[in-house]
Amino acid sequence: MVMQQQTGTDEGIRVMPGLTAVERPEPSYAEATVISIRDLNVYYGAFHAVADVSFDVPKNRVTALIGPSGCGKSTVIRCINRMNDLIPSAHVEGQILYHGVDVNGAQVDPVEVRRRIGMVFQKPNPFPKSIYDNIAWGARINGYKGNMDELVEKCLRDAALWDEIKDKLKQSGLALSGGQQQRLCIARALAISPDVILMDEPCSALDPISTLKIEDLMRDLVRDYTIVIVTHNMQQAARVSDQTVFFSLNERRQGVLVEASPTRQLFTNPSDQRTEDYITGRFG
Amino acid sequence: MTRVAYTHQIQELRDAVVSLASMVDKAIARSVDALKLQDVQLAWDVIRSDAAINRQRWQTEERALLIIATQAPMAGDLRTIAAVIHIVTDLERMADHAAGNARIVVQTAEEPLLKPLVDIPRMSELARAMLADSITAFIQEDADAARAIVERDDEVDELYDQVYRELLTYMMADPSTINRATHLLWAAHNVERIGDRVTNICERVVFAATGTLEEMAVSTY
Repeated sequence: MVMQQQTGTDEGIRVMPGLTAVERPEPSYAEATVISIRDLNVYYGAFHAVADVSFDVPKNRVTALIGPSGCGKSTVIRCINRMNDLIPSAHVEGQILYHGVDVNGAQVDPVEVRRRIGMVFQKPNPFPKSIYDNIAWGARINGYKGNMDELVEKCLRDAALWDEIKDKLKQSGLALSGGQQQRLCIARALAISPDVILMDEPCSALDPISTLKIEDLMRDLVRDYTIVIVTHNMQQAARVSDQTVFFSLNERRQGVLVEASPTRQLFTNPSDQRTEDYITGRFG
Repeated sequence: MTRVAYTHQIQELRDAVVSLASMVDKAIARSVDALKLQDVQLAWDVIRSDAAINRQRWQTEERALLIIATQAPMAGDLRTIAAVIHIVTDLERMADHAAGNARIVVQTAEEPLLKPLVDIPRMSELARAMLADSITAFIQEDADAARAIVERDDEVDELYDQVYRELLTYMMADPSTINRATHLLWAAHNVERIGDRVTNICERVVFAATGTLEEMAVSTY
């Protein structure tokens, strides 16, 4: 929505304070871009799954990828940190520039990519270790030499989990509730100082309260990190994200990008009729 | 097609707006007839019918809030629902102006009309035509039509100016006419405000269609 004053007065555009729960200016593309995706095409064997996707991920913002099942959003997010390398038939063309460097470049170490671009998955998957070691293990093998107790506490605080488990650090990570496990996975990702956190439907397996806690956590985390989230839940995308990217299937059943817009705009006045049809739930 | 029930609810909401507009139009027409004819019976009918208009307004607003609470409307649907909430408010206020004119009839029917009413009924015809066209623009989501309607309020305002000047000359020439002239001035003002309310409706139609909130035709009064 855009407000225009045409009264001939000089009042300009006023944004009402307190209009949204967290007032944050919409990302402009003059802002720092952390990830630039250009002409991304992904094949699984001969099947052309994702076609000609281009969009930017702005720094310290939440970018949500939405769209119907099978439209390529998880495929795209998994390209960003080269998780698709683990699928033998997957083949990626195009550019995924992280701070200007193509993550698929010949000289680029995929392990380093995944350190800097962390991932949280749909099903919480803490290590079968203590809560403490879930966080310490990754830091240790990445050569962390500082005070481990302090690091563990900081990560658990940043993941809004410390108060709930500070007396149970030796307990197994698997003994936690689903929502707590997911926050432990976020804390684990934070332990190796990533720059970007990818979240592939992080709340799909969680109850509504855990979901809202993680959404609140995301709003806190963007102060220091950049977040990209895939979600089936449109209301979640509307609540948490600054930019929303809508994917759909074209007539050849390939995943394509339909629209990338500031979230406020996409959910109130989308540019593309396909976006409007999807977000209002009108299919067929 | 998915979300059949939800689509139906939005359609019912639009229908409720059309129905309310029809009730309001009838109230406006009858209130001006009552003024012209000094028909107290008709005036009381208009006053009593205002309660039904108020009820319809609240029910429509409740219906809109229920859709928001239960269906999480987005995009065009959300803008339509937001527009409906404002439009029914403007319609209800228009009906209040009509009821105000009906009360003027009740208060002044003992004395003969100062002169046969010509300009006030003409203002009312223009405002009613604007109302009908604004509701059509709402149904058709036609922003251009809505903007064009706003321009027509100038003619209503000009007629009001004319009525004002004419009534002033009556009052200056003969102070014994002041009571009746003042009541007629209020009646003309009520109709002028009806025209302004239609421009508010047009602003909401433009918003529902385009997502842009445009201030249109600021009233001189």
